Amino acid sequence: MCGIVGLYTKNPELESSLGSLLAAMLNQMADRGPDSAGVAIYRNRVEAGSVKITLQGDERTDWNSVLDRIRGGLDRSASLSPLATHAVITVAFDGDRAAEWIERNVHPVRITSNGELIEIFKEKGQPEEVIRTFGLDAMAGTHALGHTRMATESAVTTEHSHPFSTGMDLCLVHNGSLSNHNRLRETLRAEGIRFQTDNDSEVAAGYLTWRLKQGATLKEAMEAALIDLDGFYTFAIGTRDGFAVLRDPIACKPAVIAETEDWVAMSSEYRAIAQLPGNERARVWEPNPATIYSWERD
Amino acid sequence: MEFDLAETGVRELNRFLHDTASSGSRVEVGNPSGRHNIAVGAMHGCTVRINGHVGYYCAGMNRNADIVVRGNAGPGLAENMMSGTVRVQGNASQYCGATAHGGLLVVEGDASARCGISLKGLDIVVGGSIGHMSAFMAQTGRLVVCGDAAESLGDSIYEARIYVRGKAAGLGTDCIEKPMEGEHFEELGELLDRAGMSHPMREFRRYGSARRLYNFDVDNASAY
Repeated sequence: MCGIVGLYTKNPELESSLGSLLAAMLNQMADRGPDSAGVAIYRNRVEAGSVKITLQGDERTDWNSVLDRIRGGLDRSASLSPLATHAVITVAFDGDRAAEWIERNVHPVRITSNGELIEIFKEKGQPEEVIRTFGLDAMAGTHALGHTRMATESAVTTEHSHPFSTGMDLCLVHNGSLSNHNRLRETLRAEGIRFQTDNDSEVAAGYLTWRLKQGATLKEAMEAALIDLDGFYTFAIGTRDGFAVLRDPIACKPAVIAETEDWVAMSSEYRAIAQLPGNERARVWEPNPATIYSWERD
Repeated sequence: MEFDLAETGVRELNRFLHDTASSGSRVEVGNPSGRHNIAVGAMHGCTVRINGHVGYYCAGMNRNADIVVRGNAGPGLAENMMSGTVRVQGNASQYCGATAHGGLLVVEGDASARCGISLKGLDIVVGGSIGHMSAFMAQTGRLVVCGDAAESLGDSIYEARIYVRGKAAGLGTDCIEKPMEGEHFEELGELLDRAGMSHPMREFRRYGSARRLYNFDVDNASAY
């Protein structure tokens, strides 16, 4: 069991409270996933030609030396803002090439996200603790996804936590379990997709990354996932301009979507949505199995 | 009697419904906010009105009580209910009425997947449509659907009866359409009346078991 939440603001006035609203939703999903928690937040667009990359280290990481390393080898104008065990680094560079360079040259940090808007923060521990660690309550942004994890398929570590990056400004959170992830991981590795863990959800993220790299649209990639992924899933997929939701054809894993004039929200359960302002006037429905739902800004 | 779930716990409400309530009791429940297990195990003929959306397992094991949800219900609504009435004015999530033995469950909106799975005597009336694998292995009881039914309706069904007004996207193994005769119109009319719904009965089709799975067929030996 895991908990998923997603919130997309239509009314710009809500952007300043995005973090606190998402935190309230995530707290409601704590008993679906007490092992670890994570968020992907879309905010503070970088200048054209730049990208920001979220790095995950630990309590001992010396972020100044990480920044020096990146300034010395990649981009002299790079900037870095640390946040607990993570840091967001901004470089005037192509995103994929920057990530490749960092993976090769900066140790021991891992990349959790890459893009113009996305930042991913995730950590082991009770969601409440994780929310506090990263100061989610104070974050502003346009949209965000969150996940509370109850591990069933693989270990409880920060690297195994969600969201998983699936490409530039893309990420995935998953409630469920995949049964063909081992074989699929090998196939994707042969196609050049890199994996950090033995986690099944990371394979779903890697699968979407691979399809998108082949030139598929997100919708096409999700349609292909319905055929190639075997198992149980409710996915929420964060995109630069919005988010999408997909359930497997059996649809055992719960999901509920709600929409008002001010926001669109999705969650594993309604009680998370009940935290949002104006929820009593929202249109609330359960997404159909094997059907893609998506929202984006015009 | 009023319970505001923003102030008091679900356990307190349920304890009242188990121990203190009597057949005349009227219970209003405020701020359900999607909480789980609301009004589970009610044992007396009281009326319970829940003002808002509820989470998992609302009205499970109900005996005698008349429970109305003025909103949507999460998964496992009225699971294993024994008698009484449960009515949801919005939609119900998956496996509502699962394994339930008796009484009447009315969903005024849609019910999602596995509605009435392993039904054991409850009557279910759905004003809208139902999801896939509904009435899977349903043993006895009736399921009336005023909208459409998704794939695999009545898979491996025993003796439950299904009436669908709209389209059935597909029938499960051993589920077939059967003719509507006098007793079926009578039964359907009575169920619609009890649910407070009215539709021309000629628009409904009846589905039930072909009874081909009841006995071992030697031609299927290789499948075991």
